[in-house]
Amino acid sequence: MATGQLLNLHRVAPEFHLCITGILVMILDPFVGAARKRWLGWLAFAGALFALLAVHRAYDSQGMAYDSLISTDVFSVFLHVIVIVAAALAILGSIDYLDKEGIQRGEYYALALFAAAGMGILAGANELVTAFIGLEMSSISSYVLVGFRKRAAASNEASMKYFLLGSFATAFFLYGIAMVYGATGTTYIDKVQAALQAAPSIPALAIIGLGLMFVGLGFKVVIAPFQVYGPDVYEGAPTPVTTLLASAPKAATFALMLRVFYVSYGSASEFWFWAIWISAVLTMFIGNLAALVQTNVKRMLAYSSIAHAGYILVAFAASTSLGVAAVLFYLGAYVLMKVGAFLVVTHLGQQGEKRLDVADYAGLGMKQPVLSVALSLFLLSLLGLPATAGFLGKFFAFEAALDAHSIHGVAIIWLVVIAAINSVIGAYYYLRVIVSMYFAEPSKDYVPTSVAPALSVAIFVAVAGTLYLGILPGAVYDFAKAAADSLPLH
Amino acid sequence: MVQQPVLLTVITFLPLLSVAALLLLRSDDHVWIRRIALAASLAEFAVSLLLLRGFDSSNAAYQCTEYHHWIGEAIHYHLGVDGISLFLVLLTTFLTPIAILCSWESIHENVKGFFISLLLIETAMIGVFVSLDLFLFFVFWELTLIPMYFMIGMWGHEHRIYAAVKFILYTMFGSILMLVAILWLYGLTGTFDLLDIQQSLRSGSLPHLTELLLFGAFFLAFAIKVPLFPLHTWLPDAHTEAPTAGSVILAGVMLKLGTYGILRFCVPLFPDAARQMAPLIGALAIIGIVYGALVATVQTDLKRLVAYTSVSHLGFVVLGIFAFNSTAVQGAIYQMLNHGVSTGALFLAVGMLYDRRHTHDIKQFGGLATPMPILMSFFLFIALSSLALPPLNGFIGEFMILIGTYLGHHAWASWAASGAVLSAIYLLWAYQRVALGEVTVEKNRSLPDASTRERIILVTMALVILFMGVASPLFTRRMEASVDNVIQRVNPPENASHPATIPCMGAPAAVKTADANAAAAIPAGGGQ
Repeated sequence: MATGQLLNLHRVAPEFHLCITGILVMILDPFVGAARKRWLGWLAFAGALFALLAVHRAYDSQGMAYDSLISTDVFSVFLHVIVIVAAALAILGSIDYLDKEGIQRGEYYALALFAAAGMGILAGANELVTAFIGLEMSSISSYVLVGFRKRAAASNEASMKYFLLGSFATAFFLYGIAMVYGATGTTYIDKVQAALQAAPSIPALAIIGLGLMFVGLGFKVVIAPFQVYGPDVYEGAPTPVTTLLASAPKAATFALMLRVFYVSYGSASEFWFWAIWISAVLTMFIGNLAALVQTNVKRMLAYSSIAHAGYILVAFAASTSLGVAAVLFYLGAYVLMKVGAFLVVTHLGQQGEKRLDVADYAGLGMKQPVLSVALSLFLLSLLGLPATAGFLGKFFAFEAALDAHSIHGVAIIWLVVIAAINSVIGAYYYLRVIVSMYFAEPSKDYVPTSVAPALSVAIFVAVAGTLYLGILPGAVYDFAKAAADSLPLH
Repeated sequence: MVQQPVLLTVITFLPLLSVAALLLLRSDDHVWIRRIALAASLAEFAVSLLLLRGFDSSNAAYQCTEYHHWIGEAIHYHLGVDGISLFLVLLTTFLTPIAILCSWESIHENVKGFFISLLLIETAMIGVFVSLDLFLFFVFWELTLIPMYFMIGMWGHEHRIYAAVKFILYTMFGSILMLVAILWLYGLTGTFDLLDIQQSLRSGSLPHLTELLLFGAFFLAFAIKVPLFPLHTWLPDAHTEAPTAGSVILAGVMLKLGTYGILRFCVPLFPDAARQMAPLIGALAIIGIVYGALVATVQTDLKRLVAYTSVSHLGFVVLGIFAFNSTAVQGAIYQMLNHGVSTGALFLAVGMLYDRRHTHDIKQFGGLATPMPILMSFFLFIALSSLALPPLNGFIGEFMILIGTYLGHHAWASWAASGAVLSAIYLLWAYQRVALGEVTVEKNRSLPDASTRERIILVTMALVILFMGVASPLFTRRMEASVDNVIQRVNPPENASHPATIPCMGAPAAVKTADANAAAAIPAGGGQ
């Protein structure tokens, strides 16, 4: 068995690369002088790139790893790309931010890499306890990262809040696993599916288990009614951490949700359809309506990511293979535009994250035209304007949901209509930032600073990706469909 | 026809290419930014005229088509023009250089951004007119909004932000439901291609409720854009606050996106629903005609007055479309073009006054014919075309709509005719208050008359107005086949026999030739 497990190593090579680089960063940290600490950031970035290459290799040798604990299928590969790209961009955005804030430390990058590795495990897990380990790896690293501006009260508060509530949520998830084990005698995602299909009716215990897991995972992807902590944490965290937090963990946790709901509980979709439906409606309305009244851009973007989780749930509710593809495509699009938006906010916040108010952006269109165009593009993409990634994300999501009309009847059509109305509500607050940037009188006290090269590269990648997915989405969407087909749906 | 395999792609994306050229210029190099924008838009107009060369007017099918796979199996890059869209493309390419020319001196801030926005709008609007794939259509449809939003919000007047946000939220609300309808249609037919959808809807008809809902979702989007009463409230704000070029483009072309959409999608795709809803829509159109005219009469702001005339005039267009006969629909299309030219020209004239006095308040004017005889003469000429005086262009369109409507609905036509009378009241009264009598405000005495640049604009517009008035068969001849094609879908042949003759002509000719005759004979009579 030992050789067999070694042979499996290439199927978890991305996590392996991330962890090795993380450890390397921590070992090197004491030996690197304060002035050179930023090179650790570049090292971490290089580690992420190596991990991306390893994903490519994993794609060539798909299959189960480590006694079927990990499933390296196209689905897992798709999400690994999303997670690692998001982590790499967030690391690029952090290098100069940490200098500016005077908190340049090696462990920051190590934690970011460990978090990414945890999310990778989450995306590929075929067994619930393994998934739990991935969830904890990513969560615990995130708790520390959120509190990384240790002299800022908001950062500490956010970290504490995230830690306490997050621990509760993971406990729910763990209880859920226990229930599933009790009901089916296994914690393997595909075997749960077989057990539930073999049963004459779905055992109540299994439904309770699903409910508990929904609470735990719903907390991590920040959907209603578990969203309350989200905006506080996103606002208090250092902006590059928010960048990471708002993107990669959502993608990875949605991946696990897809595996649990679609694979394990695929035969019970009538049980969870309404839970997803209600949660989707609440999430969209809460996210959008609360975002309307925000004046802090970071907090507004936090509520906007809640709203976007709601749109993802619309595709999720489809409970078809097309639904999986739509969720995956949406996650790809969402991560690019959200990371891009937060990276621009990282730069505009300036030292000490002072300038986060919509009013602080007044006249930015004249003072920093390129950065303003980039931010406008991300906002318009979040709004869902055609020729951007966000539009196609919504388009495929609505398409998948309407396609499931024959399964779920009129309810899902209403869900799409509600989502459509919500995306118009959302238009208002995204446009408000653009109004401030372009239509308002420039504020006098703002001195534009040039964008650091690392951050420019990251923003450029996000811009290119947003446009690419918006204009030529075919290849990625086909990839998402292949990923959906690689899941053993019932 | 002449093979022009990439002509439509070139026409659609040439403005985008010139945007790239503008981006390379320094942003304070205003002279060259203006010159290149103007040159690009003139070149675009010249290229678009090539469409006429190969256009086969006896053919109802789409011409100059291009067809490529785009996303997956279902979404294609499919372009084409027919008699309905042909002149709307030309209208767009004609008005854009005019809009650039009229902004030559009035835009001082962020000149580069302004011309980039204008050219982006041009690409998006042409894209709407030539798309034959619903997905592609929707992409261009939404893309028209953002540059117009910037144009109103950045270069508009006092309440520009309010107007810009209102404009975009209104239109987005309409279009998002259209997106749901497009997806639904895809679910029913398995394609986004307009021709394929028409084909499959022809063979198996939709359930009645489904058809009504789909029609409603499309119609709402288009009716907001037109705007049809009572969805018009965004329009006066957007027009009044937009810079002159923005108003010209908005009134000249963007409102036609709505009427074009009704004619291209709502009516032929859902003919039963269209027939069923026609009385309601016709009533709303008539209310719009009369209401728009009455509200325009009492405006004290000149630009707002012109804005309300659009509500009235576009009501005619919608009425013509829902009369469902060839004469009225051709008249409706012709009226779209007329309105684009005449109302565009009215906004240009109002903009020229604004450049001099920085106000739209009618009280601030009065007796302007004394200091500015040339500008005011053109203003009168344009106003006369807008109020449909023969032999000018507006007359042909309104007359065709009225006789076409009269054939099916006597009452509709008589109500709508009252709108034509009211338009004479509000436009001539406005002209009287602005131009005639003594000079009431002292500083108006020294206002300069039209400059060379302004004369070029005004003469061009006047010539087009006159040309469209006397040479309408050149236009309607090319629309006929496509219009008949639409009519056939909504009126199946067995019950489409009633407009056999045109009573006022007294000639028992076939409908098609009678239409052309009517159009040709009327201006000749009016000119005597």
